[in-house]
Amino acid sequence: MNSVGEACTELKREYDQCFNRWFAEKFLKGENAGDPCVQLFKRYQLCVQKAIKEKDIPIEGLEFMGPSKGKAENSS
Amino acid sequence: MLAPRAADLSLTSTLLPLPFSPSKHVLTEDIVHREVTADQKLLSRRLLTKTNRMPRWAERFFPANVAHSVYILEDSIVDPQNRTMTTYTWNINHARLMVVEERCVYCVNPENSSWTEVKREAWVSSSLFGVSRAIQEFGLARFKSNVTKSTKGFEYVLAKLQGEAPSKTLVETAKEATEKAKETALAATEKAKDLASKAATKKKQYV
Repeated sequence: MNSVGEACTELKREYDQCFNRWFAEKFLKGENAGDPCVQLFKRYQLCVQKAIKEKDIPIEGLEFMGPSKGKAENSS
Repeated sequence: MLAPRAADLSLTSTLLPLPFSPSKHVLTEDIVHREVTADQKLLSRRLLTKTNRMPRWAERFFPANVAHSVYILEDSIVDPQNRTMTTYTWNINHARLMVVEERCVYCVNPENSSWTEVKREAWVSSSLFGVSRAIQEFGLARFKSNVTKSTKGFEYVLAKLQGEAPSKTLVETAKEATEKAKETALAATEKAKDLASKAATKKKQYV
């Protein structure tokens, strides 16, 4: 899957590989020795956040899970 | 929905990227935020772009929307200790036309711990519904104010016909009727404005 920033796809792939390994082998097993992917993530984010700004994609100021907080739970 | 798959495996595969043929409408996928909280939960925000496939009648009504892909955010919380994952997904453009929100909660099936179950909820809303509500409210308010005026006038005429001295002159009656009509119209305009501005959250279909 490509990145929204065409130039970022390779950086994204490198980060994804690192993350997927850490996620399956460490995080899910409760081992939290620290995140070995920090550098890769930083490089990838520099690239992709720039692309997002250039394309005017409105991701700023949106609270995490924010709009969902007002949702009433419906029991089935 | 019950999936006969180990909970751990399904968590992994949900987060794996997407070259998956039925999903040709998904154009790009990026992580734009990620953190592990103090209580060991993984928070992620994913930005997706998808093709904007509209029916032809909609393309004619909303030509400005046709050229733009849809941007979607997916916020997720993975809690490996409680073995749950929650995702919340919604579109951040084309929002004046339609907003679709989806929340999924994945957890271990209480009857069979090697099964994953998911509760999926969706909300579809459109602020265009608010425009038609506002038009209705305005029409009704104007009708009510006109009825007030005509009723007062009618009462005046009736009183004169029945030989009663009307309690007020025609001019005073008309003035009073206009004042009342103005109040009614103002109240109704406020209501209509309020409805129109709440429109995006007002009418939703729950699925």
